[in-house]
Parts: sequence; structure tokens; C-alpha cells
Amino acid sequence: MSDAAIRPHAELPVGAIGSRASGWWAMIFTIFTEGSLFAYLLFSYYYIAAQPHLPGTFPQGGVPSLALALPNTIVLLISSGFVAWAQTGVERNDKKRLALGLLIGCLLGIVFLIVQYFEWAGKSFPLASSPYSSLYFVVTGFHMAHVVVGVLVLAALWFWSRRGYFNNVRFAHVHIGAIYWHFVDAVWIAVFFTFYITPLLGLGA
Amino acid sequence: MRQDANSSVKVAWLSALLATLMFASPARADAPLNYLTSHSDRADAVLHLTWGVMGISVVVMAAIGVLLTVSIWRRPGLAEPQPGMRLAVGPREGGLSWLWIGVGVSGLALLATVVWTVDVLAGLAEPAEGAPFTIEVTGHQWWWHVRYLSDDPSRIFTTANEIHIPTGVPVRFKLASGDVIHSFWVPALSGKTDLIPGQTNELWLEARDAGTYRGQCAEYCGIEHARMGLIVVAQSPAAFRTWWDHQLQSPAPPPDASAMQSFDMRCGSCHAVRGTAASGVLGPDLSHLMQRKTIAAGLLANTERNRLHWIDDPQAIKPGSLMPAPELTPHELAVIDGYLETLR
Amino acid sequence: MSSITDYERMPDVAEAERRGLAQEMQRLWETGPGVRGWLSTVDHKEIGLRYIVTAFAFLIAGGVEALIFRLQLAGPNEHLLTPEQYDQLFTVHGMTMIFLYAGPVLSGFSNYLWPLLLGARDMALPRLNALSYWIYLCAGVFLYAAFAIGFGPNDGWFNYVPLAARAFNGGPNIDFYALGMILLGISTTVGAINFIVTFLRMRAPGMTINRVPILIWGTLTASAANVFAIPAVSLAFFLLWMDRNLGTHFFDTAAGGQALLWQHLFWMFGHPWVYAIVLPAMGMVSDGLPVFCRRPLVGAPAVALATVATMVLGFGVWVHHMFATGLPTISLSFFSAASIIIALPSAVGVFAWLATIWTGRPVFTTAFLFFASFILLFTIGGVSGFMTGSLPVDWQLTDTYFVVAHIHYVLIGINVFPVAGAIYFWFPKFTGRMLDERLGRWNFWLMFAGFNIGFFPMHIAGLLGMPRRIYTYADGMGWDWVNLTITAGSFVFAFGVLLLIANVVRSVKAGRFAGANPWDAPTLEWATSSPPPPYNFVVIPTVGGAHPLWEDRLGTEGETSHTRAGLVLDHGREAIGTTPVDAEPNVILKMPGDSLSPLCLALAATALFVGLLLLAWWLVALSLLGIGASILVWLWPRARLGETAGGAHV
Ligand code: HEA
Ligand code: HEA
Ligand code: HEC
Ligand code: CUA
Ligand SMILES: [Cu+2]
Repeated sequence: MSDAAIRPHAELPVGAIGSRASGWWAMIFTIFTEGSLFAYLLFSYYYIAAQPHLPGTFPQGGVPSLALALPNTIVLLISSGFVAWAQTGVERNDKKRLALGLLIGCLLGIVFLIVQYFEWAGKSFPLASSPYSSLYFVVTGFHMAHVVVGVLVLAALWFWSRRGYFNNVRFAHVHIGAIYWHFVDAVWIAVFFTFYITPLLGLGA
Repeated sequence: MRQDANSSVKVAWLSALLATLMFASPARADAPLNYLTSHSDRADAVLHLTWGVMGISVVVMAAIGVLLTVSIWRRPGLAEPQPGMRLAVGPREGGLSWLWIGVGVSGLALLATVVWTVDVLAGLAEPAEGAPFTIEVTGHQWWWHVRYLSDDPSRIFTTANEIHIPTGVPVRFKLASGDVIHSFWVPALSGKTDLIPGQTNELWLEARDAGTYRGQCAEYCGIEHARMGLIVVAQSPAAFRTWWDHQLQSPAPPPDASAMQSFDMRCGSCHAVRGTAASGVLGPDLSHLMQRKTIAAGLLANTERNRLHWIDDPQAIKPGSLMPAPELTPHELAVIDGYLETLR
Repeated sequence: MSSITDYERMPDVAEAERRGLAQEMQRLWETGPGVRGWLSTVDHKEIGLRYIVTAFAFLIAGGVEALIFRLQLAGPNEHLLTPEQYDQLFTVHGMTMIFLYAGPVLSGFSNYLWPLLLGARDMALPRLNALSYWIYLCAGVFLYAAFAIGFGPNDGWFNYVPLAARAFNGGPNIDFYALGMILLGISTTVGAINFIVTFLRMRAPGMTINRVPILIWGTLTASAANVFAIPAVSLAFFLLWMDRNLGTHFFDTAAGGQALLWQHLFWMFGHPWVYAIVLPAMGMVSDGLPVFCRRPLVGAPAVALATVATMVLGFGVWVHHMFATGLPTISLSFFSAASIIIALPSAVGVFAWLATIWTGRPVFTTAFLFFASFILLFTIGGVSGFMTGSLPVDWQLTDTYFVVAHIHYVLIGINVFPVAGAIYFWFPKFTGRMLDERLGRWNFWLMFAGFNIGFFPMHIAGLLGMPRRIYTYADGMGWDWVNLTITAGSFVFAFGVLLLIANVVRSVKAGRFAGANPWDAPTLEWATSSPPPPYNFVVIPTVGGAHPLWEDRLGTEGETSHTRAGLVLDHGREAIGTTPVDAEPNVILKMPGDSLSPLCLALAATALFVGLLLLAWWLVALSLLGIGASILVWLWPRARLGETAGGAHV
């Protein structure tokens, strides 16, 4: 037996290290499965949209307005940017920047939720009025639920950062939480495109 | 241990033999829903393909069965492994040629099947010479509403559960559903097509030979799915025309008008009889009931005894059926059945 | 400023026999005592066995249901069951077998075997593993609770709308089914993620991607498919639940919803799933059969590739379950061609197994008989699928007993038979004792004969036009003798299953002692004692080829495997993380200890679904709080797990 065949070439890091942490990989595949969930949701939308409809029922109440949705999309994008900023911060061991970035990201997430509440409240139809209304509230509702989870994740990360749990080596939690947030953001783009842009392009009219 | 190998071979051969016998038997058996017979050119093409893929399947099964038994048997088997015992092969393992040959041959058979399938499908496309008329079938839990369409509104009529078609002409069916998904299936004439709420499916049916063909709902549609049968009667074009003409007429008024009133009152909210006050749509149209061979969607022969039994207590015969027990006195029962018997 | 070197270590190398090492490992990895230990263990072997035992309980339940309705069908016009009872029985039977037996039993084997096959200490995410078991158990109880109170699902296992809608199915039956399936989906999903991460990160040093056993490929492929497919069915059931309870209109055709949307969502999941519940079983055969042929599997890389190819194609054939729905023939033809061509990768497997027996030297054990007979049964089940794959042929075959024959040949032939073989094969590893071979012969021949007598005639019943899902039939249909044969065969088969259970129960206490490697098998699970210690391997094995324990006889591929000496990881519960392709060590992972969080989370999640069932919003809110709290405790960064700043835990 030769030790050389067995021993690693170099010293090995110990514990949860960035993308070597098992949790990081688990999050990647969680995102795959969640991504599929939204793919099926949007499939349902397009499937029903492709059937014949009475005029004005799809989208119900005409093409949805961008007045709140577009700014809100930008809010979410900016929030993602702040979270990324926090990530690079912790990699440089800048703990203030970490906490600040997470906090702003989290607050912007809450802003998104509030605006989204007004967007919902402004709809002239309730959940149960038609296939369109069902799709609209359920798909955006699924996304909202993800934003709520994301906001809670960012809040927890912020709290843990404030307690000094993370530094430039131990930041696997931050990484994992952040990719989830970026995912929630990316999904919104797809949802936004489906509900707000495709009717402008003539789908379902 | 040689013993075991021997017996396994015997059992395998025995089961192969049994399998062949079983495959041979359906052709002989008398089974009305059997789909290894066909009575239309359209169904013939499908039947040939069915025998074809079944043939390929039996050959594959037999080949794999034989190879498997021989491979097990060709070398003396061992009872038990001993630690550190020799392996059957050395560093150069071998056996790969099996993959090339096996996959190659299978590939050819599969490709041939795809081509044959597509060819049969092409032949089943909408017939060139159009349909003389269209029959609209609407599935209900657990019976069939049937409407004969015509360009001439006076020739449109409604019936249920028994469909007549002329021989030798393709007929177009429009299939829809009034509640849940059903599936229209007359094995001797055609495969299945679903009846789906919210959409209308199309089916072409043609019978070469005159005769009575059994059909059945093939998609699970609730508790009486088992008993949602139907009947297709193929008759010569002349006989068919006579039948149609007769269906258009209202049945002759009964001698006893009060019997009709009783029927209208007790049954008319669900059943319709042409030319009378009874115009319900929740149950089968009964205008020419006595011309139908069966009642309760193919379940019972249309005899007086069966009718009385059915009207008296449908739930005992078809539990869950949407016709409630009307709770008639024996007298009412007799009167109402007497009326039904006039619906010729 | 801290630097990475504060967090690095070069692990020791030692002989497995080093004094005190085994005791030290035992101390680190042992599950705590008592009920608390039992509830909080994260040992993959314990979880794997629980999975297998629970799945078998469901097999018996589903089997007994089938036997009951087989009595009803034994002759025409029987009155043993009411239509409603029959409908619940066949639906619960299908649901039980497909979701509560066939999938979970394979998860059980994979859970037990994966870390051992991979030379690892545990799964990558041990607590997630416990969670997936607990949720499975809760979902099973949830679904069966419905049946117990007389409201079992009654719309067939694929639960078509609108029959499943409130208008046609007023009771709580379908609400139970919908919610239970979503809950079960969570279990399957987290389990799948765990397998994938374990595959990518936990393989022993040197186990490069071409040295991985086929079982691993089977479960990996199934898991990857589950990650993409499960959301479809969970979503479908969720939308249905909303239609039923909140008045949405996804499937409500009267209001413009679509009945076929359900079928698409269900079968986009359903077809990949039927492969997911057989590929790991085929993997068990691919690994087990060669041991009894005294040679490596012929064309192992091709079989691994075929496994993956089957699944990839398997995502493109779902519409063959909808051939009669009136979709345009052009698009149906595409799915028909794909369904026929999908037999090609299966042919790779079949001929590889055949060649392995042909060029090998069979050892006639019970396990061998089960594995070898599986080849024939798979072929029979496969070719009937090939027949239904041809579109015009399926218009006749669909929804008749021919399809029922197909599903039982594939499900019993490629799930139950390999599982039975796997029990004979790995029981010595699980318990340290052998199963009785004499009883084994009886067991095998009864199952084999009973199965073929019971299920082969279903093809005939189908050809004779017998529709599926009918609670009775009239005489004069020509189906009497076939049905009587089917029922008789079913009971013989059930008796065979009973012998299997009897053999297991007897041998746990009374079986012959097995030793570490009773079959002289080549893979790593046989390199450790039977049953394996909680830490699996005292030192981490190093892998040089696909058959570490046969290297002396097969010759090596230039590298040697080491199982007697290896890396020592003894600073707490530790495992080695390796790179995804080349399996080079790149991190020392800190593994979690026993924990109650998984159980708490599972209970909170179940409470959530109970709340949704009862539309009790206070319970929903309360359980959401519970779920949040459990997750927070679970994920709280811990120094012990190397998750927080500070170098003390190297
Ligand atoms: C459990 C696993 C499993 C497996 C592995 C399969 C494998 C296959 N299945 Fe099956 N299937 C089910 C489970 C499974 N199925 C279930 C549960 C249903 C019913 C659902 C329900 O309605 O309740 C179903 C239903 C089903 C249908 C719908 C039938 C209907 O409702 O009308 C179809 C149609 O195409 C089909 C096709 C196939 C095909 C082509 C394969 C192929 O993968 C088979 C390939 C294998 C072989 C062909 C054998 C080996 C190959 C050779 C030896 C090479 C030589 C072969 C030839 C030349 C043919 N299956
Ligand atoms: C893995 C999957 C699996 C398995 C193993 C089985 C096993 C059996 N199945 Fe079935 N079956 C399905 C999956 C499966 N099934 C599916 C998916 C459907 C479709 C459902 C639907 O249409 O929705 C179906 C449908 C189905 C039908 C069609 C029903 C209909 O359409 O009306 C029939 C009819 O005969 C049937 C019969 C049987 C029989 C006799 C067994 C036998 O193998 C059962 C043998 C018995 C046992 C395995 C139990 C052994 C135990 C004991 C004897 C007791 C011991 C007790 C103690 C130790 C306490 N099954
Ligand atoms: C509430 C509705 C309802 C009422 C009232 C009702 N029926 Fe029916 N009837 C049905 C339905 C639905 C069916 C189809 C049952 C089946 O086959 O599942 C049916 C079927 C029948 C059939 C068999 C028809 C066929 O072609 O198969 C006859 C005959 C019949 N009813 C007679 C009567 C008589 C006579 C009365 C009154 C005494 C009556 N029905 C009252 C709903 C009703
Ligand atoms: Cu209608 Cu089955
Ligand atoms: Cu399929």
C-alpha cells in the first residue's frame, strides 16, 4: 500500500465552504425543481390561452397595465443587485457591506410585495371569475409566496450576519440564500413576460 | 443443482406452449366485444397491423425465452459461490457482440413497425367521398344521447343507446359529452374515441356487413361505467332509410289517454316522447322505445319483464343510475308500461 | 483577516485495523439510545430499512385490496362489492402500488445501498433523508386515512377531470387524494435531490464517473427525472384542489377551463415516473445478476447510457396515454413513433443481461432465479407496451385488460421480481444472516407460476374486449374462464409473496450467518461487515476500478482499489467530498448528528395539509409557523458543522 495513492494532493478545506457545501448543490437542484414548477404553471397559461375565447375574456379586463408591474420588476432587479453586492462583500470579508446589502435586498423585496398587493387590489375581477382570473392570481400568487420565503431567508441571513456568523471563508449560507433570491427574481421576469408582455404581442386576443 | 436448471427449462417451455395456446384461443371464443374480428375495411387495416405487431411481439418473447433458458442451461450451474473462486471470464471479458446484433435486429423491427403504423394511419384519414350524413353522440352518465343530423331540419331526430347505420358507407360521428369523459367504442367496427366535455371529436364508422354490433363506454366515467353499453345496427341502405323515416314519426296516440298523462306526469320531466307533452332531456328519448333491442344502455333485453323490473326499481338493477325509483303502485306500473308498449 | 488555511487539514492515512479506530468511529456515529434516538436518527441504513418495511406494508395492503376485487371479478354478475366499494378499491390499489410501494421501496434500497456502494459514510444530506422518510410515512397515513373512513379516492389512480371535480365527486375523497399526493411529492422531491447531490459529491476518491455501479445510474436517472417531473403532478393536484375548494376554473369546462390540461400535466409526470419506478430496479439486476454469473456485466457503459437514454426519451412520449382523446393525428403519430423507438435502449439492457448469463457461469441461487426471470417478464411487459405504442392498434387496446396486463408485467416483472431478488441478494448485508434457500425456491416458483397464470390471461381478456375498471360483467361476454384463471393465479402469486415475507421473518433470527461477502461479490458494500457499522467504513476506501473486490482476478485498469487502508476522518462526524466527475477529494464535510428537526418539519407539514383539507385556516397558519420554526432551527449556522466563522472546528 502506498500512501501516495490515497492521500489527497493538498490540504482539504473543512466544513461548509462556498459551492463545495452539500447545501449549495441541494439549492441548485431545488431551483431546478422549482423552475419546473413555474414552467408547468406557464405551460398551463399558454395552453388555456391558445384555446378560443370570447372577446375580452382573455386577458380578462383587457391587456394588463404596466403602470405598477414595470416599476415593480425594476425594484426586484435592483434588490437582486444589492444581494449580489452583499455576496461579493462577504467574500472580501466586508461584514458591514454584507449586512447592509442583505437588509436593502430584503426591504426591496417587501416593497415588491406591497406594490404587488396594490396590483392585485386594482384588478376588477376576483380569483374565481374565469380561467384567466384563476391563472392570473394563482401564478402571481405562487410567485408572491416565493418572494415571501425569499424575504424571510434574506431576513434570517441578515440577522445571522449581524451576529458575525459569516466571514470570507464561511459564507455558504449567504451564497445559498442569495441564489434562491436571484432565482425568484428570474422567475418573475418569465411571469412578467407571460402576463404583461405576450398580450401586447397579441396572444389570446 | 442441475435438477433446478432442468426444471426451470421445463417450466419455461410449458409456459411458452401455454402462451401460444392462449393466443390462439380468442379467435375461437364467442366474445361480442372481441377486437380480433372486424367488419369494416377501415378496421381491417388496423386488425392486420394488430396481428403484425402481435406477431413481432410473440417472436421477440419466444426468442428471448429460448435464449434465456439456453444461456442458463448450457453450462453446468454452480450451487453456491465460494469466497475467492474463479471468475468465468478473464480481464478481456467479451460478450459485446450480443449488443450489436441484438440492438441491430430490434432496431430494424422497430423501424419497420413505425413505417407500417404511419402507413395505416395515412389510410385512415378522412374518407374521400364524404359522409352522407352525421350522427351526433353525446355521452351522459351512463347512457348515450344520439341525434341524427340532416340539412333538412324536418329529418333531424333524437334517439338513445341504439345507433343504426347503413352498410357500405362511411358515416361521420360527432362525439361530445354532457358531463364527464366517456369513450365511444364499437370493437368490430372501430377503435376508441373519447367524448370530452368542452370539445367535439370526430370519428368515421363504416360497416361492411349487416349485423348488430356491441359497443361499450371505455373511459372510466363513474360508478356505472361498467354498464354503459350501446348497440350499433348496420342494415342495408334501404332498410336503414325505412328505419329513419319511421323514427321521424310521432308514435301513434295510445288508446288509453290517461296512461299517457300518467307517463307525462311521472316520467316526462326526464324523458321525451315525440309529439307529446313529455319532453325531458335528463334521460333517454323514448319515442320509439319498443323498436330498441335493449334498455338501460345495453344492459337488459327490452322485454316486458325487464321493463317492469327496471321502472319499478332501476337502482336494484343499475345501482347509482341517475334514474331514481319512481315509487309507483303496481297498478300505475302496469299502466305506464302499457303506454310504453305503444311506443313503436 | 482570516485566511482559508485556518480551515484546512490534511487527513491522516491509516490501516483499518489501527487499534481503537473502530471504537472511536462507533462512538462518533452511533445513534443515541431509546425512543429519542429512534425518532432522531439520520443513519441512511436505518432510514433505508424503514422505507423498505413501510413500502412492503403498503404492498400487502394494495395486494389484499386486489385480491378482494379479484374475487368480485372471478365470475360474472358477482355481488361481493358495491360499485362504489369496487371503485375505491381499484383506485386505492393503483395509488398504493404506484406511489406508496413501487417508488418508495426502491428509495429504500437506494438509501441503504448508495453510501455503501459509493464508499461513503452517509448520504450527502442525512437530515433531508430522514425528512423524506417521515413525510412519506405521513403522506401514506394521510392517504389511507381517507380509505379508512370510507372516502378513499375513487376516480382511478390518474384521476381524470371532470369526474374528479366537485360537481361529479362531492365527497372529500378527491381532496384527500390531491393533498396527500402533494405531500408525498415533497418527500419524493427532497429524496431525489439528496440522491443527486450524493452522487455528485460523496463518491469515494477514485470512483470516477465510469466506475459507478449501475444501480447508482438507475436511481440517479430516476431522481433527475423526478426533479423535473414531480412539479407537474403536484401542480395538477393543487389546481384541482383549488377548483374544488376555491372556485377556480382550470379544469371547469363549463367556464372555459380545459379537461385535457389535466391529462397533459398528469402524464408529463406519469410517464417519466413509470420509468423512475423501474430504472433503479433494473440497476439492482445489473449489479446483482453478474455476481451470480461470475463475471462483470457485459457492456456496462452501454447499459448506463441506455438507462439515461430511456429517461430522456421517456419525457417525450406522455401523449401515448391520450391516444384516444382526439388530438390531431399528425402530432399523435409523432408520439407513437417515439413510443415504439423507446424500446431500443431497453433492448440494450435485455441483450446485455442475456450475454452476461450466456458468457458467464450461472450460480443457481434464489436471487439469480428472480433476476434471470425478470428478463423474460420485462420482455413480455415491454412488447405489450410496444403494441400499445402503435397508435391505431392502441385505439383498440387502450382501456382494456390488455393495458392492465401491460402494467402488471412491467410493474411486477420489473419492480417486484427484482425487489424480491434484491432481498435475497442483500438481506445478508442488511442483517448478517442468509435467507433460507429451500424456502426461497418455493417462494420463487410460486411467485413465477402464480404471476404468469394470473396475469398472462389478462392479455386475452383484453383481446376479448374486456374493459378495465368495470366492477362486474354480464355472462355471455366470453370472459368467464379468463377471469377465473386470473383470480386463481393471483392467489397463488400472493401466496408466493407470503412465503417471501415468511422467509424474511424467520431468517432475521434463525438464518445462517453470512460474513462480510457471502456471494463473493465485487462492489464496495461487501467490503465492510454485515450488517455494516454505523460509519460504514473505518477508513475511506479508494477506488481504482468498477469491481474493487475482483481486481485480483480481473486484472486492474492500471490503478488499484484500497479498502484496508485509507483516509481517517475522526474529528467528529466527517465525510469526504469529491469532485463530480473525477472524484478527487476537495473538501472534508462535517456531517450533522441525530436531529429531531426532520420529524418536526414532517409533522408540521402534515398539519398544514390537514388544515387545507378541513379548510381550517387557523391550522394552516399555525402549521406554517411550525414549518418556519423547524426550518430555522434546522438551518441555524453551527460551528460544529463548520458553518460559522472561526477556525476551531478544523
Ligand atoms: C412501470 C413501468 C413501465 C414501463 C417500463 C413501461 C414501458 C413501456 N410502456 Fe407502459 N405503462 C405503464 C408502465 C410502464 N410502461 C403503466 C403503469 C401504464 C398504464 C397507466 C394506466 O393507464 O393506468 C402504461 C401504459 C402504456 C401505454 C398507454 C396504453 C393505454 O392506456 O392505451 C403505452 C402506449 O404506448 C405504453 C407504452 C410503453 C412502451 C412502448 C414501453 C417501453 O419502454 C417498453 C420497451 C421494452 C421492450 C419492448 C422489451 C425489451 C426490448 C427488446 C427485447 C427488443 C426487441 C423488441 C421489439 C422488436 C419490440 N405504456
Ligand atoms: C406495483 C404495482 C402493482 C402491483 C404489485 C399490483 C398487483 C396486483 N394487481 Fe394491480 N394495478 C396496478 C398496479 C399494481 N398491481 C395499477 C397501477 C392499476 C391501475 C389502477 C387504476 O386503474 O386506476 C392496477 C389495476 C389492477 C386491476 C384492474 C382493475 C380494474 O381496472 O378494474 C386488476 C384486476 O385484476 C389488478 C390486479 C392485481 C393483482 C391480483 C395483484 C397481485 O399481484 C396482488 C398480490 C397480492 C399481494 C402482493 C399481497 C400478498 C400478501 C398477502 C397474501 C397477505 C399477507 C399478510 C400478512 C403477512 C399479514 N390490478
Ligand atoms: C330524474 C329523471 C328520470 C325520471 C323521473 C325517470 N327516468 Fe327513466 N331514465 C332516466 C335516466 C337518467 C335513464 C338512463 C339510465 C341508465 O341507463 O343509466 C333512464 C332510463 C330509462 C329507460 C331505459 C331507456 C333506454 O333506452 O335504455 C326507460 C324505459 C325509462 N327510463 C323509463 C322511465 C319511466 C317509465 C319513468 C317514469 C315512471 C321514468 N323513466 C322516470 C331518468 C329518469
Ligand atoms: Cu361512460 Cu365509461
Ligand atoms: Cu407511458
